[in-house]
Amino acid sequence: MSKQASTKISMVQALNRAIDEAMAADEGVILLGEDVAAKQGGGVFKVSSGLTEKYGEHRIRATPISEQAIMGACVGAAVAGFRPIAEIMLMNFVTVAMDQIVNHAAKLRFMSGGQTNVPLVIRTTTGVGVGFGGQHSDMLEAWFAHVPGLKIVTPSNVADAQGLLLSAIECNDPVIFIENILCYGMQAEAPPAGHRVPLGKAAVTREGSDVSIITYGRTVLDALEIAGQMEADGISVEVIDLRTIAPYDEETVLASVRKTGRAVVLHEAVKAYGTGAEISARLHEKLFNELKAPVQRIGGAFSAVPMANVLEQAWIPSKDAVKAAIRATLDWKK
Amino acid sequence: MPDRDKLLDIYTRTMKVARADEKFRSLLMTGKLAVIYYTVRGQELVSAAMMAALEPSDYLVTTYRGQHDQIAKGVPLDLLFAEIAGKATGTCKGKGGSMHITHPASGVMVTTGVVGSGLPIANGLALASQNRGDKRVTVTCFGDGATNIGAFHEAMNMAQLYKLPVIFFCQNNRYGEHTAFADHTKAESIVARAAAYGMKGVQVDGNDAEAMYRVAKDAVDRARAGDGPTLIEAMCYRMMGHFFGADFSYMPKEHIAEMAAADPLPRLRALMLERQFTEAELDAIVARLDAEIEAAAQFAFDSPFPGAEELLKDVFEEEIMA
Repeated sequence: MSKQASTKISMVQALNRAIDEAMAADEGVILLGEDVAAKQGGGVFKVSSGLTEKYGEHRIRATPISEQAIMGACVGAAVAGFRPIAEIMLMNFVTVAMDQIVNHAAKLRFMSGGQTNVPLVIRTTTGVGVGFGGQHSDMLEAWFAHVPGLKIVTPSNVADAQGLLLSAIECNDPVIFIENILCYGMQAEAPPAGHRVPLGKAAVTREGSDVSIITYGRTVLDALEIAGQMEADGISVEVIDLRTIAPYDEETVLASVRKTGRAVVLHEAVKAYGTGAEISARLHEKLFNELKAPVQRIGGAFSAVPMANVLEQAWIPSKDAVKAAIRATLDWKK
Repeated sequence: MPDRDKLLDIYTRTMKVARADEKFRSLLMTGKLAVIYYTVRGQELVSAAMMAALEPSDYLVTTYRGQHDQIAKGVPLDLLFAEIAGKATGTCKGKGGSMHITHPASGVMVTTGVVGSGLPIANGLALASQNRGDKRVTVTCFGDGATNIGAFHEAMNMAQLYKLPVIFFCQNNRYGEHTAFADHTKAESIVARAAAYGMKGVQVDGNDAEAMYRVAKDAVDRARAGDGPTLIEAMCYRMMGHFFGADFSYMPKEHIAEMAAADPLPRLRALMLERQFTEAELDAIVARLDAEIEAAAQFAFDSPFPGAEELLKDVFEEEIMA
């Protein structure tokens, strides 16, 4: 893989470059996960391709199919001062490791009175739209956002994938890093080595004045497309990419909605009890008198993600639904 | 076999655990302390002999019933008493309590309140040592009840796969909460499970100081030499209820008689006398420990509770209003 600045790379390559860079800089950075070593082909999605050859099997550890053991080993290594990366092949499989994540990774710093900490990155991928069905597609960020002590990060583009992952590895607290299978193939100019995107900082991906879409991950792409289409109708849409879902950059979100007076929160995860509810609630708590309309939420249907393509497409928050939500905020009469 | 010095070391650790446990129970009984506490009565010696085989820099992962392990490993008593009392001067600033004692300076890296969760974590500490080549050994303590949770099996398999310098130290106290061993496990032993992972397993009478120490030392030497993990099943008894104050009338009379007869404390005392230590020498050790324990308890009572400003500290490295 070429590392020249002019090369186009995929999101998978961007992730690989961040891990490579972190591993070169710090011997404590290790990767554990199913199939991740060279012998197994460098991971099901090839994110760790070429790294075993450079760093050896003691740092790129292919594991048995044992999510509790993977997560526990990463927690322990982190407590010992390492910076482990756990690759959990698909986000639904983190459910098997919830005890280690929620009771241990998230809480050890606090419960030890700050004597220990868990600089751990849990890399996991998911995504609706590829027909993987109910147990291989979920976005479960809201579960983790509810737990004090966890940071949740997701990139929407190639450069952020590299920069956020490097920052996540360097973070002294546990980070859940959510990748989207549908974004793996995205191509873009390779960011330079050392590219970091700070955690907890949202991006104003597109500026606008009428309504703010607050979103993250794959749906940022939808939001940008919608914003482009609505411009033709004379509607100016601002797009906020949270990048860090929790704890999120409230300052940037509030500034945007103060400006536009209208907000739509969009995510792929199930709408009910989702992060959109928290963001919406806080906007109402803090900007009630400045809002020109109630905050709208768009998210996945309240069902398991179905396999049949026609149903799966009906499950995903549609662009039409987002447009309707935008129009609802514009048409709102107080 | 432990030499005289080592035996004295084991005796001192055992009595430190025993006298501290008795102090906790007396404070709870008299209402001077009102906290959750899992008494370690009956498991003093298994832990003392294991920890006596370790170096201070070796890692320990234990459980909510872990005060014997922590004390025997060397957590300072004043900090331990203060933590259990929820004081700002405790090991964890009062934020952890008896179920979450952490004291890296004495190697106590994690204490978990979730049955079985320490085993996978111990693997990670051992993996870090293996990669660093620092020759540290990690011990993870758990009871027989923990061997039926999935984490036990996942951790055992991974440890053997990577040949980690870790010791799985099962203190088989014959009860998982209120359920007797025979009512939660059909297999006759825990140690038999080691074979399923290609791991070395040893069962030992945990109340036999010499045998317990020998088994512990062998496992430590193996791990330190890079020969991989060991499962130790130390047979012992939980001589009281699940937690302090809990009813244990469900234990049959015969079981209570059996464990009274196996009480490690008089047995160890007899061994010490047999090995030519004098009553006066041993009494002096206990008197010195009692004074230390008294001072630790006083330190805890004299210490302040944590301030409200502690609430949002240590959630993350930097204080973030989520």
